[in-house]
Formats: sequence, structure tokens, C-alpha cells
Amino acid sequence: MNTTLLLIQVLNGLQFGILLFLIAAGLTLVFGVMDFINLAHGVQYMVGAYLGATLAAWTGSFWLGLLLALPATLLFGLLLEFLVFRHFYDRDHLSQVLATFGVIVFLNQAMKALFGTAPLQMPLPEALNGGIPVMDGLLYPTYRLAILGAGLAVAGLLWFLVERTRAGMLVRAGASNAPMVSALGIDIRRLFMLVFGFGAMLAGFAGVLAAPILSVEPGMGDAPLILAFVVIVIGGIGSIRGAFVAALLVGLVETLGRGMMPDLMRLFLDPSAARQTGAALASMLVYIVMAAILAFRPAGLFPARR
Amino acid sequence: MRWRDAAVPLAIFALLAIAPFIGFGQGYSLTLLARAMIFGIAAISLSLIVGGAGLVSLGHAAMLGIGAYGVVVLDHARITEAWIVIPAAMAAAGAFAAVTGAVAIRTSGVHFIMITLAFGQMAFFATSSLSVYGGDDGYTLYNRTELFGTRALEGRLFFHFACLGLLILSWALVETLLASRFGRVLRAAHQNETRARAVGFEPYRYRLVAYALAGALGGLAGVLLANGAEFVAPAYLSWQRSGDLLFMVILGGVAGPHGALMGALAFILIEEWLAHLTEHWRLIFGPLLILCVYFMRDGMAGVLRRD
Amino acid sequence: MTEPLLELRGLHKSFGGLTVTDDVSLELRQGEIHALIGPNGAGKTTLIHQISGTLAPDAGQIVFAGEDVTRLSLAQRARRGLARSFQITSLLPGFSALENVALAVQARSGSSFRFFRPALHEAALNDQAMAALTEVGLERRAALPAAALSHGEKRQLELAVALAMQPRLLLLDEPLAGTGAEEAERLMRILGELRGRYGILLIEHDMPAVFALADRISVLAQGKVIASGTKDEIRADPVVRDAYLGDEEAA
Repeated sequence: MNTTLLLIQVLNGLQFGILLFLIAAGLTLVFGVMDFINLAHGVQYMVGAYLGATLAAWTGSFWLGLLLALPATLLFGLLLEFLVFRHFYDRDHLSQVLATFGVIVFLNQAMKALFGTAPLQMPLPEALNGGIPVMDGLLYPTYRLAILGAGLAVAGLLWFLVERTRAGMLVRAGASNAPMVSALGIDIRRLFMLVFGFGAMLAGFAGVLAAPILSVEPGMGDAPLILAFVVIVIGGIGSIRGAFVAALLVGLVETLGRGMMPDLMRLFLDPSAARQTGAALASMLVYIVMAAILAFRPAGLFPARR
Repeated sequence: MRWRDAAVPLAIFALLAIAPFIGFGQGYSLTLLARAMIFGIAAISLSLIVGGAGLVSLGHAAMLGIGAYGVVVLDHARITEAWIVIPAAMAAAGAFAAVTGAVAIRTSGVHFIMITLAFGQMAFFATSSLSVYGGDDGYTLYNRTELFGTRALEGRLFFHFACLGLLILSWALVETLLASRFGRVLRAAHQNETRARAVGFEPYRYRLVAYALAGALGGLAGVLLANGAEFVAPAYLSWQRSGDLLFMVILGGVAGPHGALMGALAFILIEEWLAHLTEHWRLIFGPLLILCVYFMRDGMAGVLRRD
Repeated sequence: MTEPLLELRGLHKSFGGLTVTDDVSLELRQGEIHALIGPNGAGKTTLIHQISGTLAPDAGQIVFAGEDVTRLSLAQRARRGLARSFQITSLLPGFSALENVALAVQARSGSSFRFFRPALHEAALNDQAMAALTEVGLERRAALPAAALSHGEKRQLELAVALAMQPRLLLLDEPLAGTGAEEAERLMRILGELRGRYGILLIEHDMPAVFALADRISVLAQGKVIASGTKDEIRADPVVRDAYLGDEEAA
């Protein structure tokens, strides 16, 4: 493997990691603040992609689609919170897992019923169609770089909101001591809703961003959801910083592993066996990394202060 | 074990035993019943760790899948004797459970849920990438597992009773385990971990053994699943399947394996019934699942016990 | 004199900037009832946590029966004969009173990796559990689930569980807390009967009870041992009177 290819892989990995971060950020806040495990967070990503693709098709503009999809996913998240999630806040994790699982079952099927099983396409915006030379003889798609930039900007914004604003202070306080925050006269339910809606919107944003480069189809949120879980387990539940570091790590490991493992195996095995074991190992690599990290740090890399 | 807890499963076993002779003897019914019984075994194995030990695993489908792929690997090598296939597949699933459990059980609560989910997904992707065994497309068995070199398991009626026998054994095994010294420590650590430690037990070791045993028993269900369909695919290990299994346990009630048994049978029958109604049966199934979890806190077993 | 049953050497523990255990050294002799008293927030329960193994000290050493147990887990210490009761009752609510105690007997009666025989029917476990229940006067309540017992009975059950471990040292964290006068009296009688058979480290707020039961007393204030001695020595100690007992005794 040459450096050009390696650079592409690294960029792809970072871009995938940023998308994971956008999903994981909401998940880790919702869990950290509300002690609520939400499997249905992945469907927010799927719903975001569907809304983005549909709205872009209606308006004929990527940008309008993106702009309209954000409040729409926010509303959708709040609707789910109102209809289902809030009735399970005071139940055990097992009930939460199953109730939110039920939401996934329903919504995946609903997308099939509404849009069929064939993937939807979302066209790239005109301005970002094309490539940018990142080094000699290497054009990297502008849109993927834009995802990277947008993700980093959101990460910065999120850091600012959580660390530097009063609402963020309350979110952090709520994560460590919810009764104390309600004793201060803050409506904890409203705070929860705020966090929930915001997290849903971030996942939806990730969905819209991913829509032009991935296929928009039912169940597309499931795999990223599980990787987002891996991210917050590695990063430490409730920690935005941990989610950011872990998301990039997982994105890189996943992408580089798939690219390089078969080659690496060729050093030890004959080509066909190398392809087999390489592919199998690559698909397991993220989870092996997770297990290794947890073996040394059971609470993750950056455990939230409790 | 309370008498009423045993009465329901015994009645179910009796019904399953006479079912082929009271109008459920045709191929379709027997296939459905076998499927229900196989998931009964799977749910019972999961109930050992969820109900007994309080370990909410969202990766149990991997145990079934590894059991099923055990059959595939041996079938590919033309080894089909049950007395080799079943122990080997169970050992493989148990070993996977022991290794992943050793990491997962160090954590608790929501961490445990996520980590078991992640390991389940790992097994899913690993089987998907095994192109020797069909990769994503799955693998069709050359023939069913043989018993002492005979094709006995290919007889529908024989297979029905083999599943029933193993179902009863699994139920009795988990009941016995939970009532034993070992099970008492598991249950105690579930109710109050500090108390269990304070009298001198390290819950970790007991939980790990329970997790591995549940994995092996799940592997047995996987062997039967592979044989019932004569086909195995990575979809057997999908995380939705793990969610289904967990739902079976909750639907029936976590109080004991009898709950899991009821939950699995009800789940498969409801699923089948809904699938007959509409192609989009999951639109009904999802909300139904949410309502069940919301309203039936102790599952079907709890509803039965309420006077 | 034989070696002490329990010896704390220079224990330190702090949470963030707050020092809760400050250079605590203490000796507890075989068979004595040693009371640990001090105002709220003096660090008594934190100290019990470190002795029993639920909290690790930042520095210092815990020697139990001649063995350094500082790095051992709660369960390992329990198996060596260190039994504790909890300030806030900590039982198995779904188990019967008898089974709560039988679990403790089981912990020291052979392997618990036994998978087939029903534990509920093991006569050897049940007999010893019943004996412990009888010792605390709970034999009539054996079949009730622990959750159904009264508060005082739960305290008695805690004690029975600790006794069933056949410990060498009992760590009792406010065994009388929240009990009524009659229940407290019964518990005190039971504790008195245990004197000489076990070493007992007793944390208690009820001063008459402490002075009635204890052989020796140590006083903890702001994480430090400010005095340690016999009842009379403690009663006469001006520092203690000043810091803690003063007003009560004068009244």
C-alpha cells in the first residue's frame, strides 16, 4: 500500500469517525444526563437521511433539504420522546432497551412501507461536486472534506455549549446529580427534552450529511448505532470529549482495518486464506480494540465525573 | 420451584407432545412448532443470565449463530454425527461466551448491554465475511445431522420430539441450576451484590460460568435451528434477533425459565399470525412490543400468578 | 499478650481535597468489644468500609489476625473471618430469612460450584442457619421473606447473617440504628452474649449502649483518633469531654 492510498484511507476514516461522533454525541448525553438507554437513536440518523433526501427532492435543492431536515428531525425526536421514551425514564434498562427496540422495529418497517426497499438517492450539491487536490496527483472528493469540516465545526460548537454556557452547565450537573438540579428550581423534564431533541437533531444532521454518499434505506441506522455504542463505551459514558476521541479512533480502525488487514495477512498466509482471514479480522477489529481498552479501563477512556 | 411455576410448563409440554396427533401433524404446523420449541430453548438459556444473574445480554443471538455455524463448519468437512456435532457446537458457543463474557462481565448495567451488543455484532460480521461458508448469502447444509449414522432427524415427527425432549431437558436444567448452590449465589448477587460479597462470594466467577453455560445452551438451540431450516445465514446472528430473544424472556417474565418458555412460544405464534395478516406486520409488532413492556411488568408468568 | 486481632497502621483516605481518614492507627484485641464513637462526619463508616474492603485506603496497612489484608477484596476478607453488618440494612429481600443466613453458611461450607442438588434442601446449611437465627431470636420468622420483616427484625437478621459466617471479627455499623426501645434492648442483650466469643468493632451513637457494652473505646473526630482507652479513661479524658462528650455527660 502506498502513501496516497493510505492518505485516502485516513481521510475516509476520519470522515466516518466524524459521522459516528455526531450520532454518539446525542447518545452519550442522553445516557449521561437521563440514564436512559436509547437504541432508537440510530433511527434518528435514518429518519434524517430520508427527510433530507425527500425534502431535497421536493425543493430541488440540497441546501434547502438540509435546512428543512434539521428542524424536522428535531420535531420528530421530540415526538418520539413524548409518545414513547418519557414513559420509560423511570423503568429499568431492560425495559428501556426493549421499548426503544420496538420503536426501531416499527420505524424500519414504516420506511419500507412508505419508500419501498430500494435505496433513495440524494444528489450532491453543485458547489461541492468535484474534488480538491490534497497532494500531488490526488483529488479527494470535496463533499467528503465538507463533511469533515462540518463535523469538526459541530464538535467545537457542542464543546462550547456544554462547557461554556449555563444550559451546558445544567446538563453536566444533571448528569451527575439530577435531584440536586431539580431542587434548584430547574425543570429537569424540560432539560431532558432539550437534550433529547438536540441529540436527535445531531443524529439527523449526520443522516443528511451521509445521504449523498451512502444508500438511504430501511435499517441504515442500525450498524452506525452499534458502532456509536462502541464509541461511547470506549470514550466513557456521558463524556463528549471521550466520544470525540473514540469516534475518530473507531472510524480510523474500521476503515484502515478493512483496507489493510488482507494485505497484512498476506505476509503470513497464502493469498486466498489471507483474503478470508483478513476480511474476518478486519470486521472484528473494532470490537477487539474495544475489548482491549475495556480490559484496562472498564469505565472507558474518559469516564465522566460522577 | 413453586408448584404453579411447574404446572404451566408441564401443561405446555403435554400439549406439544400430543399436538401432532390432534390436527397439527402436517408439515407446516410441525415446522412452526419446531421453530417455537427451538426458540424456547434459546429463550430459556437467556433467562438463566437475564432472570437468574441479572445480566441483560443483547448479544445472545451470537450464541445461536455460533452453534448453527458449528453445524456448517462440520457439514462442510462432511462430519454430521450428532454426538460429535452437538457437543462441538455447544463447546464453540460456550467458549465464545466465556471469552467475551470475561470482558463484558467486568462491567455492569448499561455498559454490559452495549458490550454484549457489540460482541454480537462482531460475530455477525465475522460470519458474513466467511466466504467459504457462503458469506452474506448463507450456507445450505448437505444433509441434516445424523444420529448414530441414521437419517432419523429428517423425519418430521422424530425432529418434533427431539426438539421437545431437548426443550424439556433445557427447562429442567435451568430450573435445577437456579435452585442449586451455584444458582443461589447467582440470584443473591443479582438481588444485592454487596451482600453476596460481604459473606464471601466473588460474583464475577459465578456470573462468568453462568454466561458460558447459557452460551452453550444457546449453541444447542443453534444446532437445532440449522437442522430445522437445513440452511444457515449470518442473519441468525443479527442484533435484531438478540432483541427478539430478550423480548421473549420479558414477555414471559424474568422470574424463571417457565416465563421464557411461555414468552418464546407466544412470540413465535404472534409473529406467525401477524405475518399472515399483512406484509408490514412489523408495523403492528413494534408498538405491541412497546405496550407489552409498558403494561406487563412481570410478564405472562406475572399475569398468571396474579389472582 | 497475644497479637491483636485487628491492627490499623496509619490509614489515610481522602476524597478530592477532603481528608476523611487521617493517620488512623488502632488495635483491637481478641474477644473484646471495641466501640468507635465520634460526631457525625467523623469518618466512622468510611473507616469500616476500609476495614471490610469496600473502600481502598490511600495509604496505611490493615492487618487482620497477623495477615496484611490491605489489598484483599471484600469477599476475600469475609472468607478470612471478617464479617460486617451495614448501617443501612443490606439483605436479600426476595430470600427468606433462613435463606439469607443459609447463604452465609454456604459461603464457608465447601464449594458453591455445585450445580444440581437443590440448595434449599441442604440440611447441613439449614441447621446451622437456624441455629444463628435462634441465637438472635428470629427462629419463628425463618420462613418469611426478608422484605416482610420489621425494621428491628432486619437488624437482627443482619446480625444472624454475620454470626453464621463464624467470623473472628464482627464489624457492626450502628446495629441499633432506627430500632425501638424494646428491639434495642434485645439487640443489646444479644451483643452482650457475644462478648468473648468474637472480637467486635462497634460503631454506635447510643452512648448509654456504648458504655454498657464496650470494653474499650476509641474516639474519632475529623478523621483522627483523638483518644483510645478503657471506658473510664475515655470518660475522664478532657480532650474527649471537650470535643465530644462534654455536654452530654455534664447533663
